[in-house]
Amino acid sequence: MGTNLPFYANVTSFFEEAGELARFAGRFFMELFSPPFEFRELLKQCYNMGNRSLLLVGVTGFILGLVFTLQSRPTLIEFGAVAWMPSMISISIVREIGPVIIALICAGRIGSGIGAELGSMRVTEQIDAMEVSGTNPFKFLVVTRILAAILMLPVLVIFGDFIALIGSAIIEHIKGDVSFQLYFNQVFNALEYSDLFPATIKTFFFGFAIGLVGCFKGYNSKKGTAGVGKASNAAVVYTSMLLFVIDFIAVFIADIFY
Amino acid sequence: MEKPVPAPDKKIVLQIKDVYKAFGDLKVLNGFNLVLYEGENLVLMGKSGSGKSVMIKCLVGLMEPDRGSIEVLGNDISKLARHEMDELRTEIGFLFQGSALYDSMTVGENLEFPLRRHTKKFDLKNADGLVHEALENVGLPKTVDLMPAELSGGMQRRIALARALILQPKIILYDEPTTGLDPITSKEIIELMKTIQKKYNTSSLIITHDVDCARVISNRMILLLDGINYAEGTFEELSTSDDPKVQAFFKN
Repeated sequence: MGTNLPFYANVTSFFEEAGELARFAGRFFMELFSPPFEFRELLKQCYNMGNRSLLLVGVTGFILGLVFTLQSRPTLIEFGAVAWMPSMISISIVREIGPVIIALICAGRIGSGIGAELGSMRVTEQIDAMEVSGTNPFKFLVVTRILAAILMLPVLVIFGDFIALIGSAIIEHIKGDVSFQLYFNQVFNALEYSDLFPATIKTFFFGFAIGLVGCFKGYNSKKGTAGVGKASNAAVVYTSMLLFVIDFIAVFIADIFY
Repeated sequence: MEKPVPAPDKKIVLQIKDVYKAFGDLKVLNGFNLVLYEGENLVLMGKSGSGKSVMIKCLVGLMEPDRGSIEVLGNDISKLARHEMDELRTEIGFLFQGSALYDSMTVGENLEFPLRRHTKKFDLKNADGLVHEALENVGLPKTVDLMPAELSGGMQRRIALARALILQPKIILYDEPTTGLDPITSKEIIELMKTIQKKYNTSSLIITHDVDCARVISNRMILLLDGINYAEGTFEELSTSDDPKVQAFFKN
């Protein structure tokens, strides 16, 4: 029977899970606008995600700026276009590389954290305990985390981009004797609103994807502690794939308008 | 040993009528019935996987039965809206088998959590007092700033009991309150349950495998077997029963 093939089962399972994820997202939007609003927990989650990711995002951004500039320099020198370095680096980082790399880092840091935390709360009956105490756990745990990820991802990406440009400026200063002022003058001359807006808007969707998949996997975690590890791992894998899909759609749409 | 509560004189606080619950082909509850009277300690015993925890989760709306009705304090829970169910849940304390303390919060925050959700019923200005009283009740007044991971299993169970009590519920549901504890700590928890029942006149439904716990605390017992209430009576009646299936529960 064709229906017994593993391929068929995998495809069916994929669409079932996608349907469940869509329903989970629908519930998020329904609960988002209905009181009570959990501002206290939202602020706590924003702090947790933002503050605790700053160092990781900063270090990643800095190394990204250093490496990208070091790798690009010889080629640009070869073509006599080294003066274009600040423009090229800033547009590449702000438009594409910065948001994608930092979102991937956050998928590992924030997405897996949410998956593990909610998964562990599920298997130790903490989510049931919340429900029994008359609290809507979806609103308290899921809505606040997804919203916090939506709000904090753009902040982290802007911060990461800025640090990456500092890293790039340091290399240019050392290798090319370009002053920081000149470097950043060229950066701001090269960047336009059409570079900044689409790049920033897509980071909200990146945040939504990270929060949604992490919460979905953790909240529906099963099969004890093994399930927690699975939830955490799946949160990172699925989010990473989703980030590239969102990025492709965002670039495609931005290309139509700009 | 305490005398059984004379059932007919008491008000019914919880009633399960003809409840069925299945997971696929596995029939867990198969027409189960139960009545809990005001101020009574009712012990429910059954084999592992016999559906005790499923039944107790149906009582608080964590699971829905396939058929049958559940009335808590006169409310048919299948007909309640979400906010009405949340209000009703303030009248039900639930002690989970694994304590289920929120491990990202301190003991104090764990106890405050239900209070913060029900500000209509409780004034948050008194939150500190209520937390302190609940911790005094379980004999752990100095743990307010500790994290659950810093507590022993027995202490965690006590704190979970304090959290279940903090909303001053009329009914407390205990899901295997002594499982995983050493005999001395088990006795302490059982004594605590008795003290609380006397102090607040709560009605308690206790799920347990622990025969000692059942002997000390029960006014009445139900044996859950094959999805039905197979036998009912006092501890003495059931422990001296001739039925081999009933006897199996009381043999060491």
